[in-house]
Amino acid sequence: MGIPLRQHPKWRELRLTWRLLRANPTAMAGLVILVAMGAMALAAGWLAPYDPLRLSLAERLQPPGAAHWFGTDEMGRDILTRVMYGARISLRIGFVVILIAGGIGSVLGAVAGFYGGRVDNLIMRVMDVILSFPSLVLAMALAAAMGPSLNNAILAVAFVMIPKFARMVRGEALAVKELPFIAAARVSGARNRWIIAHHILPNCLNSVIVLGTLTLGDTILIAASLSFIGLGAQPPTPEWGAMISVGRKFLMDQWWYATFPGLFILTTVTGFNILGDALRDILDPRIRR
Amino acid sequence: MGTLLSIENLSVEFSNYQGTSSVLNHVSLSVNRGEILGLVGESGCGKSVTARCILRLIPAPPGKITSGSIRFAGEDLLSVSPKRMGRVRGREISMIFQEPMSSLNPVFTVGNQMREVVRRHRGLARREADALCTGMLHQVQMPDPEEVLKKYPHELSGGMRQRVMIAMELVCDPQLLIADEPTTALDVTVQGQVLAILTGLSRRRGISVLLITHDMGVVAQVCDRVAVMYAGQVVELAAVEELFARPLHPYTQGLIAAIPDVDPPADDAPGGGARPLFSIPGTVPTLIDRPPGCRFHPRCTVGGPGCARDVPGLCWVTPEHAVACHSSRGGTA
Amino acid sequence: MTPVIQTRDLVKRFHVPGGFLGRHPRRLTAVDHVSLAVRRGETLGLVGESGSGKSTVGNCILRLLAADAGQVLYNGQDILPLKETDFRRLRGRLQVVFQDPQSSLDPRMTVATIVGYPLRLQQGVKGTALEARVLAALADVGLQAEHLHRYPHEFSGGQRQRIGIARALITGPDFIVFDEPTSALDVSVQAQILNLIAGLQRAQGYTYLFISHDLAVVRHISTQIAVMYLGSLVETAPKEAFFRHPYHPYTRALIAAVPRPDPTRRQNLAVLPGDVPSPLQIPSGCRFHTRCPEVMAVCPKVAPPHVEMGPEHWVDCHLYG
Repeated sequence: MGIPLRQHPKWRELRLTWRLLRANPTAMAGLVILVAMGAMALAAGWLAPYDPLRLSLAERLQPPGAAHWFGTDEMGRDILTRVMYGARISLRIGFVVILIAGGIGSVLGAVAGFYGGRVDNLIMRVMDVILSFPSLVLAMALAAAMGPSLNNAILAVAFVMIPKFARMVRGEALAVKELPFIAAARVSGARNRWIIAHHILPNCLNSVIVLGTLTLGDTILIAASLSFIGLGAQPPTPEWGAMISVGRKFLMDQWWYATFPGLFILTTVTGFNILGDALRDILDPRIRR
Repeated sequence: MGTLLSIENLSVEFSNYQGTSSVLNHVSLSVNRGEILGLVGESGCGKSVTARCILRLIPAPPGKITSGSIRFAGEDLLSVSPKRMGRVRGREISMIFQEPMSSLNPVFTVGNQMREVVRRHRGLARREADALCTGMLHQVQMPDPEEVLKKYPHELSGGMRQRVMIAMELVCDPQLLIADEPTTALDVTVQGQVLAILTGLSRRRGISVLLITHDMGVVAQVCDRVAVMYAGQVVELAAVEELFARPLHPYTQGLIAAIPDVDPPADDAPGGGARPLFSIPGTVPTLIDRPPGCRFHPRCTVGGPGCARDVPGLCWVTPEHAVACHSSRGGTA
Repeated sequence: MTPVIQTRDLVKRFHVPGGFLGRHPRRLTAVDHVSLAVRRGETLGLVGESGSGKSTVGNCILRLLAADAGQVLYNGQDILPLKETDFRRLRGRLQVVFQDPQSSLDPRMTVATIVGYPLRLQQGVKGTALEARVLAALADVGLQAEHLHRYPHEFSGGQRQRIGIARALITGPDFIVFDEPTSALDVSVQAQILNLIAGLQRAQGYTYLFISHDLAVVRHISTQIAVMYLGSLVETAPKEAFFRHPYHPYTRALIAAVPRPDPTRRQNLAVLPGDVPSPLQIPSGCRFHTRCPEVMAVCPKVAPPHVEMGPEHWVDCHLYG
């Protein structure tokens, strides 16, 4: 059906979201931080003053100064450069994990909530088992079992995040499936799978986006923690957690080494958290009406 | 029979991210001692907001009273101290709501909650309080009052809960009872009982009642006078017989004509009744798109060109009958 | 003439969790041996108070709920034993309009998608053909092309109910259940929707089951009327006979309890004592005996007889047995 883009209903909804975002200063602050981080990650190749892997032992462990704003590490690599490249890795980990965990978790939750009974019991008890471990410990165990690598770390973190999404979507699905429009779809001849895909999941999407945004911060933290103990990104990959891990040894005398990656983790996680918080309000249908 | 409550030129605004919208626009009405005033209108007409203003229960922000006065027994309720207001609420003016469940605490028994009210307002000992509660429940025709006192709210039916609410409010012996759609959530046969209780109490104890409803049938059966509201304004105010016999505002006329009839038509024509109901065209305007001029003019069938421009004021056509309409003022045009 | 829809001794029970840790679930009979028939082109008004089971009857006919016993005949064929896959072919022939126009439309779909839904799912109609049919259906209910790509929340309650009606009618169904379609609407809008529903029936010959608690509304729209009390029928009759000669004490009370918009004739509104008993504790014998103004010694003991009072006029009451 050919409708001009400007009148397309999805486009209008998006514009409303944007208007509400603009009216919310905290949300904008979060958004600005994240856009800046994203831009930095994308343009790292351009913006960064040095090569992140270039060794220069003559310049090792220099304090912040004109040549190296954030100082250098024990191999003489520029920390600013490595932090910028590190944003690529951390953000990628965050988004990939949320896509995997959000996708699988939402479908599991929707199926459990919609069908109820045994299916629900089976899925949710498995989720409970996963949840009963502290997420960091479980991710560590999994990553260790699969062998230390960035991709394995991503899979491990995604796995421990699945129950968060499954639990929330199940709750929403329980409420949505009782609404009359589900009955109306059934009367029109919709099958169960169709109803889950076309009614239940889309109606949980807003909550998934909010939870995803809020969880992204956690995800980056856990991934950084894995790298910190050597189970995630491997040196010399410029990953924030890995950098802190090495920098920790120099913390007493070369404070800048661990501090700057730490500050970036802090800023990014905060950005995602405040944006997620604001999105929860903005995407609330009661406010949009 | 004097005036107990008089609201004059009450205007209220609500603001949200989309801007400010006027919810009430120069609302004026009065409740006489011992009478039942019906406040009718459709969703969003401002009837509940008016009631909440009387008890200063509108949340501010987003709500804001921009003008007007509410005089209750000679006192301006909009300017009294919060402490005094707390005293007025419950003791002199009581309010019951559509959904009694939300006004009752689910974790305490009915007896617990009623005794609490009695003690707070009357300072009675437990045994005397119990006796008073039983008496009150008796007055609202509750079967087995002693048993009811031992029950939790969820163990009662909707009609019983509404009776408990009425009894609780009456404990304090108020002068004015505000009933906000008290029977809307109830079944027809139970609605009848609750309305009969309300009118009986009003007559016997001389309590004034402000009855908020959307049901013209309830108004006709229960009220002494009626104020009709539309889109934040009072459009017509009259004694109930007068209003149903000679509705002046086109909106009131439409409201009355749109009610489907239960009784068969007087002429004994079988197979009839298929004629369409009278209906007012269009829909009730929302808070943000209220039309200029007379707010009813886009849906009105008699209006002239002036209606889209000038806001009609409430004019007294007879000493008992006021209407806010350019066409019906003074009986003719 | 075979009725379009007929129920025979329809029974629906629910299990209510009860007792410590839900170990003693209680059985609630929401619909108890209900037999109804709706002829082509007619409207059966099904009246009752809360807990009467009137909506459950509608949901059982549509197979939104699985009936526990009895039959639902659609053009003479029992549809209850059909497998879900076989029954799906009949979906779209039996449609429904719900009470709450807000929650009966998926908030994330546009009007075009919502209204075209049954056609798309049933007949696989797509693209411009679908759009044309949707436009025609919208025109039938008084909406225009400009409304096509909007979301439900951009409409008023009355308009949303029109959208719901357009969705129900787009497949040209044989039978439509209206489950309290006007109770959430304002009086002035209620009249519009009732006129629309009645007008569509006159023009297209639709067959309706109209469920409502409001006798005045039912009187306006129905040709036949059935009254339910606590899960069973107490009186069924053609509309004229029903309002001229109501026999069952409950029917009489229901009619008398409607507040008339006439202040010169004040009614005694408290026509019945007490509340509707809980469906978990249905009284013995005649289930109305606890509130009946004409209760006799036999009523609490024996279930009332099913008596014919006139052409198609049936009453379940000991007064006439």
